[in-house]
Amino acid sequence: MNGNHGTNHLDAEPVDGDTRYGPDDRIAISLTVNGEKVEAAVSPRLLLSDFLRGDLGLTGTHVGCEHGVCGACTVHLDGVPARSCLTMAVQVDGMEVRTVEGLAGSDGTLHPVQRAFRECHGLQCGFCTPGFLMAVTHLVENEELAETDDGVRAQLAGNLCRCTGYMGIVAATRRAAAEIASKG
Amino acid sequence: MKPPCYEYVAPDTLAGALRVRAESEDSVVLAGGQSLVPTLNFRLANPDTVIDLRRVAELATIDTRDGMIRVGAMTRQRTLERNDAVLARNPLIRETMEYIAHPVIRNRGTVGGSVAHADPASELPCLLTLLDGELTARSSAGARTIPAAEFFEFVFTTALEPEELLVEVAFPVLEPGEGWAFREFARRHGDFAVAGAGATLLLDDAGRIARARLAACGVATTPVRLRAAEEALRGVEPGSEAFRAAGELARDAVTTVDDTAASADYRRHLLSGLVNDVLTRAAARAGGPR
Repeated sequence: MNGNHGTNHLDAEPVDGDTRYGPDDRIAISLTVNGEKVEAAVSPRLLLSDFLRGDLGLTGTHVGCEHGVCGACTVHLDGVPARSCLTMAVQVDGMEVRTVEGLAGSDGTLHPVQRAFRECHGLQCGFCTPGFLMAVTHLVENEELAETDDGVRAQLAGNLCRCTGYMGIVAATRRAAAEIASKG
Repeated sequence: MKPPCYEYVAPDTLAGALRVRAESEDSVVLAGGQSLVPTLNFRLANPDTVIDLRRVAELATIDTRDGMIRVGAMTRQRTLERNDAVLARNPLIRETMEYIAHPVIRNRGTVGGSVAHADPASELPCLLTLLDGELTARSSAGARTIPAAEFFEFVFTTALEPEELLVEVAFPVLEPGEGWAFREFARRHGDFAVAGAGATLLLDDAGRIARARLAACGVATTPVRLRAAEEALRGVEPGSEAFRAAGELARDAVTTVDDTAASADYRRHLLSGLVNDVLTRAAARAGGPR
């Protein structure tokens, strides 16, 4: 992994607390992405979303609004969902990142949330889907799902979809939660 | 949209961060980044230095001693919201924080970051204004405590000096039996508040209002205390008549402007309803005669 913008930065060092880094400097970061160790050299102004897509080629993470409104770029940082467009790549040094590419099994078996989205028509154009999948996966695996549909919509309010009208997304969320609960 | 060019420093210690702050002409602090990064992406901010506090572990603390909930500036909003010791001492904090954007934002967003950003529509500045909270600022020269009433000066503008860092935010605990509520109105859950209001209500032995506190967000260039309405409530019976009148006093006390989200009249109308609503909820939660 050779850093962004096509420059050779093999000599980049990990961040040093006393150094001022300019935009053309590169800082070495070491992280785990979908279970694999990644070493990279990044500019201090590189967004995590651009790092994942541009440097690692993980284009499943979508970039919609780039100011934290749409949720399409949602990934998990140390198991917790976060906006990758509001996070600098340098900030995830040492962390575990999970993207939509890390949901399905290595043999291609879909994650229960992905399967539920397909079965319940939880997507149309698919642009918002990676963000929804990451947000819903955390929701059904770690939180208590609201009883009412309005409650589920409030829980998913951090992600926007302009196609489905959310009916299928709410249904998919319920189905995935039920499947995960039944497996205890 | 990409952030502008700046120099980046990620100090290991608070002392190191203060040194960089003092040396820099025009630095901004990267805490959780949930407001700063959009500001950078939009090029609304063009700082010469970004000081990333992620490695300063000493700022991520919660301490609930001596009638104050002292929260280190780098504490994630979600961590404070979910802290049970905090909930037991001041349940209004959790109720208010549920209105801050969305859980995914609160996972990264920090308490100090939101407070220092000082968006007049935001919830934590309103809560600190309501509760008479305290802010601790540090520079290489030492620390000083700033009352919330003096901290928020204008839109995105606080009493912090360029060489200072906000290191701690202190929320007073509620009195035994004190009622509390926070509500805000936005077109979608989690959006910036068109208007919001918080209340606390303490009753005396006769069941009359001994102390009412009221504050609002989204209706001025800073969070505002609604003093006229507070005064009018002192010594009166809690009830719908008094609360409606307080809402009207609150509405008449604020001057706001038309913007793309709402007209000034609509905002003030909303505020009167929200004040009535939070007082009603706070009264239902207030203990009887003590």
